[in-house]
Amino acid sequence: MAELAIEGLVKRFDTGTVLDRASLVVRPGHLLAVLGASGSGKTTLLRLIAGFERADAGTIAIDGVPVAGPGLHVPPERRRIGYLAQEGALFPHLSVGRNIAFGLGRGGDAAARVAELLEMVGLPAAYAARSPQHLSGGEQQRVALARTLAPEPRLVLLDEPFSALDAGLRQEVRQTVATALQRTGATAVLVTHDQAEALSMGDAVAVLRAGRIVQLADPVALYRRPQDAEVARFVGEAVLLPGQAHGGLVQCALGVLKLAAPMQGAVSVLIRPEQIRLVAAGTPGSAAAEIRSVQYFGHDALVGLSLTAAPDQSVVARVFSHALPPAPGRTGLLVDGAVSAFPAEGAA
Amino acid sequence: MSEAARTRAASAWAPVHRPPGLLLLVAAVPGALVLLPIVVTLADAVAAGAAEIFALLWRPLVGTLLVNTVALTVSAAACCVVLGTGAAFLIERTDLPGRTTWAMLMTAPLAVPAFVASYAWVSISPVFEGFGGALLVTSFAYAPLVYLPVAAALRGLDPALEESARALGDPPWRCVRRVVLPHLRPAMLGGALLVALNVLVEFGAFALMRFRTFTTEIYAAYRSGFDGGEAAALALVLLAFCFACLAAEGALRSRGGYGRVGRGVRRRLPLYRLGAWMLPAGLGLGLLAAGALGVPIGTVLFWLTRHGSAAVTPDEASPRALLMATVSTVGLGLGAACLTLVLALPLAVLSTRWPRFPLTGVLERGAWLAQGVPGIVIALALITATVRTVPPLYESTALLLIAYAILFLPYALVGLRTALLQADRRLEEAARSLGAGWPRVLGRVVLPLAVPGIGAAAALVFIVVSTELTATLLLAPIGTETLAIRIWGDTSTLAFAAAAPYAAVLVALSMTASWLLARRFGIGAFGAGLGG
Repeated sequence: MAELAIEGLVKRFDTGTVLDRASLVVRPGHLLAVLGASGSGKTTLLRLIAGFERADAGTIAIDGVPVAGPGLHVPPERRRIGYLAQEGALFPHLSVGRNIAFGLGRGGDAAARVAELLEMVGLPAAYAARSPQHLSGGEQQRVALARTLAPEPRLVLLDEPFSALDAGLRQEVRQTVATALQRTGATAVLVTHDQAEALSMGDAVAVLRAGRIVQLADPVALYRRPQDAEVARFVGEAVLLPGQAHGGLVQCALGVLKLAAPMQGAVSVLIRPEQIRLVAAGTPGSAAAEIRSVQYFGHDALVGLSLTAAPDQSVVARVFSHALPPAPGRTGLLVDGAVSAFPAEGAA
Repeated sequence: MSEAARTRAASAWAPVHRPPGLLLLVAAVPGALVLLPIVVTLADAVAAGAAEIFALLWRPLVGTLLVNTVALTVSAAACCVVLGTGAAFLIERTDLPGRTTWAMLMTAPLAVPAFVASYAWVSISPVFEGFGGALLVTSFAYAPLVYLPVAAALRGLDPALEESARALGDPPWRCVRRVVLPHLRPAMLGGALLVALNVLVEFGAFALMRFRTFTTEIYAAYRSGFDGGEAAALALVLLAFCFACLAAEGALRSRGGYGRVGRGVRRRLPLYRLGAWMLPAGLGLGLLAAGALGVPIGTVLFWLTRHGSAAVTPDEASPRALLMATVSTVGLGLGAACLTLVLALPLAVLSTRWPRFPLTGVLERGAWLAQGVPGIVIALALITATVRTVPPLYESTALLLIAYAILFLPYALVGLRTALLQADRRLEEAARSLGAGWPRVLGRVVLPLAVPGIGAAAALVFIVVSTELTATLLLAPIGTETLAIRIWGDTSTLAFAAAAPYAAVLVALSMTASWLLARRFGIGAFGAGLGG
């Protein structure tokens, strides 16, 4: 278990600044998910930590010992950082067993360790003799994970390791990775553009935007109280309505709602679609609305609504499919739980 | 268009399950042409009788030839692997400055015919005759055959592999040894086999060096009264060597390289820092370029400045003779390019449109065999065949063009295949769905997309034909003097200064054509020269 501390990290390429004074800390044994759109600099952040690129400024320290800083660049092979590449990057000229044993020193019982690691990632020991070409995508990624964990790295970096897998497999391999990391107790940084992945796997989530870390929080806090409207939309479906806050309450097109944190003045109110409940039209306290569209997913559905009080505001409600109204028409809306709000654009 | 006409038009072009019979028939022509010299050689040997062939082969001379050929082939292949791989790694993967220039310098020797390089070295000093000189010339001349595939393999390497190795604790040098080199092995081996094949079929360079191999001895047997039996016996042994190389190369190719596991991310490959090794590395590459390019070109230029009388045998080249030789070289090159392309086109269409039709593979493989048939064997077999069956064809330009077509079919095939694949089936289908009939599809979609590639194939055949010596020497009609024939004639009588103008024009012609080809299509256009 190791602590990773990054301070004021800057990286510029010919095309511009990719990382702009990024700072973060990952507690020992925790998994930090770095969430960012493509081009946000998340892969660069990972490659700087691994030592594949040199930082232009800032420091990276593991357990308080700097590995990168002004005038310092410890080469990747001496950092003891595991790196799991996007598509595994298995050595095609080596068998599965030799791939896994690649980072193990001479001596020691490599075969036993390989078997142990294969078992940990949920593959039969007989796979050691296979060639990587004959593995499915999910199996390749499991082997790559075993290879990464073999030398017992202090820190494991995961570079969108599930993005090449199809949906069903992705969940399975995610589970394997989470379990294996827990068993080894390694500290980990996972880079992803998939908010569900970041929220479900991370002990903490850092949102990276244009090279800057805009928010670092635990998943629940990030989803419930995002820093700004953009983060709110990035981490999940969001309904944003203009409103007027008075302490613990806010007045908007959906009525008077409870605020998670007291505010004053003109605000933008964030309501998650799953907080909005469809009730019979005319139910006391409900906001009148008309159902415009239904996007059906099976387990639930997204219902597009237009409010009678503010027809130009688009509102989406997430409804369990068994609670879906039988036909389009008029309905009432109620909001469950507290909502959060940001100072309105230009009002701050 | 009536409904019936529409259906007819569709079936005429749409990839139906079975190719039209006429196409199959014309596509079989190249394969048959390639088989012809092999069959004639075998027939000659059979006619001579097993006992006679055995007696001809069970001689000390054949033993010497075997030792010479094997020793030279193996050492040249080894030298080329070391030089080509080293150069490729330095140029592609280190921080050595000037990589574009170096890359050009490493490929350019392909445009200098080996017999011209041989002439250059021998004219410096007779020291370069024999095994040493032959090894020197072939190593310099054929190192690009290893350099090109290895450089391509280096560029195709997934950077994540090296990064993973580094993250797993390998310092740079160990990462090169454990990850990079194993990936280059197929490219190195493939290149080495091509070098071996080229050494086996080379004739002019060794004849000038007075180094005896199977090709020079077959030529000698032919000149000394054309004893079909002896030439055929030696040709059989040579063919066996060539086909062994070809088969090994084919097996290597079908096994494929390591390829990528997964697609990986395309990222710029990291460069290894040379540090204190920068100077030695630059010097080494400089020496390689000097040996492969500087010496041949420099020597030719030197002899250009000498008056003919300064040469051992004064045989002055007249501007008229030079012009005539250039014209016939260019003429033969263009004629051969046209004929080869026309012959290869049906087969290329077959192999791109009906790749899974069983006969396609057979016909293709037949044409590929051409790579393993030495020019001297083709030439002698064509002479035998025409003298016996159609004497008027003997010593005709037509026969020479046919020999070129057989020799360089693989070049044309690779180029045409690439060109035709440019016109993706889906594009055609899109055009058809937009209402275009097949003549319009052909004119507006297929041809515009394929024409540049067809041009590249023609240019490549032109280059290799204009620098070809063996078949030209044996088959050119009396009175046809090409640049290659002139150089050969003058250098074999030690008239080095007299040969210089022809050599200068030939090298300039081939370099210009190659440069134009490379500039338009990239070094990859020479992929055909590497056997696909």
